[in-house]
Amino acid sequence: MLQRLRQFCSLERLGRPVATAVPMLWLLLFFMLPFLIVLKISFSEALMAMPPYAPMIEWTHEQMLAIKLHLANYHFLFTDSLYLNSFLYSLKVATVSTLACLLLGYPMALAIARASPARRSLLLMLVILPFWTSFLLRIYAWIGLLKDDGLINNLLLSLHLIHEPIQMANTSFAVYIGIVYSYLPFMVLPLYTNLEKHDATLLEAAADLGAAPWKAFARITVPLSLPGVVAGALLVFIPAVGEYVIPTLLGSANQLMIGRVLSDEFFENRDWPVASAVAILILIVLLGPIVVFQRYRSRELGASA
Amino acid sequence: MKRRRTMLLPTILAFGFAFLYVPILSMVVYSFNASRLVTVWDPVHSPTLKWYTALFHNAQIIDAAWLSLKIAIMNATGAVILGTMAGFALARFGQFRGRGLLGGLTTAPLVLPEIITGLSLLLLFVAMEQLIGWPRGRGVTTITIAHISFSLSYVAVIVQARLVGFDESLEEAALDLGARPATVFLRITLPLIAPALLSGWLLSFTLSWDDVVISQFVAGPGSSTLPMVIFSKVRLGVSPDVNALATLMVSLVAVGVVASALFVQNRERRRMREMRMALAS
Repeated sequence: MLQRLRQFCSLERLGRPVATAVPMLWLLLFFMLPFLIVLKISFSEALMAMPPYAPMIEWTHEQMLAIKLHLANYHFLFTDSLYLNSFLYSLKVATVSTLACLLLGYPMALAIARASPARRSLLLMLVILPFWTSFLLRIYAWIGLLKDDGLINNLLLSLHLIHEPIQMANTSFAVYIGIVYSYLPFMVLPLYTNLEKHDATLLEAAADLGAAPWKAFARITVPLSLPGVVAGALLVFIPAVGEYVIPTLLGSANQLMIGRVLSDEFFENRDWPVASAVAILILIVLLGPIVVFQRYRSRELGASA
Repeated sequence: MKRRRTMLLPTILAFGFAFLYVPILSMVVYSFNASRLVTVWDPVHSPTLKWYTALFHNAQIIDAAWLSLKIAIMNATGAVILGTMAGFALARFGQFRGRGLLGGLTTAPLVLPEIITGLSLLLLFVAMEQLIGWPRGRGVTTITIAHISFSLSYVAVIVQARLVGFDESLEEAALDLGARPATVFLRITLPLIAPALLSGWLLSFTLSWDDVVISQFVAGPGSSTLPMVIFSKVRLGVSPDVNALATLMVSLVAVGVVASALFVQNRERRRMREMRMALAS
C-alpha cells in the first residue's frame, strides 16, 4: 500500500507544481502586483496626460536616476477635511451596520440551528436565496420603498400614522438599511455554521443544575459562538467600509462614504494619484481586520481536517 | 428534559425573512403596474405586461445582457479551473513553500472592498498596456480577467472545504485495488468534488453577472455590462422596466434553486434506496 501511495504521489508530483503555480501566478499578477502599482501611483504627481500621473523614476539631464516620492497626495488627504470626515463616517456606518446585522442575525441563526433538521435546510436556503439574486436590483427595490412617495410612506399616510412623508431615501438611515439588508446573509451563515455544532447536552446539563435559560445562553452559547461572531462581523465590516453602490443609490449627497470619494476622485476629477492614496489609506485601516479574518479562516479549515 | 420553547426566536426569524423578501416581492408586484409612477398602483389598467414588452424592445439592455452572459460564462469556467487548482493545493499538498502566500491571496479578495480591487486592476491594465502593449484598450478581456481574479477565491474556498471534509480512504482503497492514480482522480476524486465544482461555477457566474463596481473600472467604451446599464439607469431615478427585469431575474434564480434542491434530494433518496437494497440482498 505504501508503494502504491508513493506511486500516486509521484504522479501528483507532476500535477503539483502546475496546480500550485498557475493560480499563484495568476493571483500574484492580477491581485498582488496591482497593489504595488496603486502604492507607486499614490506617490506620483498628477498630470494632465494619459495616464494622468508623472513617472516616479526618471533619467535627469545629467544622466542621473531620480526617484521622486511625491508625498503631497497624502498631505492633501489630511488637510482637506472632506477626506477625514468621509473616512470617519464610513467607519461609523460600517460599525453600526455590523452591530445591527449581529443583533438581527444572531437570533435568526440560533432559530435555524434549533429548528428540526428537516426544516433547517429550507430555512437556510431562504437565507442564501437573496444572495443569488442581483444585489444591485435588491438595493434598487429599497428606493421604491423608502422614497417620499414610496410604499412605506404611502402605507403610513393611509393608516394616518403620519401626516406628511418622512424623508428616508437619501439619508444615513437608508444607507444603514441597505447595508444590513445586503450583508445579513454573510452574518447569519458563519453564525449558523458555528451554532449548529454546539452540543445540546451542555444546555440540558445547565438546566438540570438549575440555570435559567437566559443564563445558560449567556454562559454557554454566547462564549462558544464567539468565533462565528468574529467571522460574521468581519465579513460585514470590511466590505462595508468601502461600500460604493449602496450609499450612491440610497445615501445623501452631503455625507459621502470613502468609497464614493475614491470613485469621484478617479472618474470625476481624474486625479489618479489622490484616488490611489485614498485606496492605500483604506487598505491600511482594513489590514488589521483582514489579517484577523485570514487567521480565523485558516484555523477553521485546519480544525475540521 | 425538553427545553422551554419561546416564541421570541421564531418571531425574529420571521421578521428577518420579511425584511429580506418584502423588497423583492414589491418589485415583482410593481412590475405589473401600469402607472409610470413606480409606487402608485394604477388599479384600472393593471396588471399589465407592458414593461416586459418595453424591456424586450430595449436594445441597450438586451445587448448588455448578452455581453454579461458571455463574460459570466467565461469567468465561471476560468474561475473553476484556477480555483480548483488552488483549493487542491491548499487542502492536499501539505506544507509547501508559499502555502501561506497562496492562502492569503485566495482569502483577501473575499472581503476586500470592490472599489479597491477595481481601481488597482485598472491601474495594472493601464501600466501593462504602456509596457507590453497588452491588453490593448479595455473591454471584454479586461472585465473577464478582473472577474476571474476575485471569483477564483470563492471556488478555492468551496473546493478546499469539500476536500478537507472528505475521506481519503476511498482513494487509498482504489489504489490498493490496483487502480492507476489518473483513474482514481477521474473516477473517484472528481465525482466526489463535482457538487463543489458545480456550486463554484454557479457562484462565480452570479458574482460576475452581478458585478458593477469592478466592471465600471475595467470596462472600456462600448463594453457596458448589464449591471452597469442598470446602475446608470437607476441613478437617474426609479424606472418600471427595471422592475420587470428584476422579476425575470428573480424568477429564474428561484426556479434554478428549487430545481437543484429537488435534484439533490432525489439523488439522496435514490442512494438511500440503493444502499437498503444492497444490504437486504
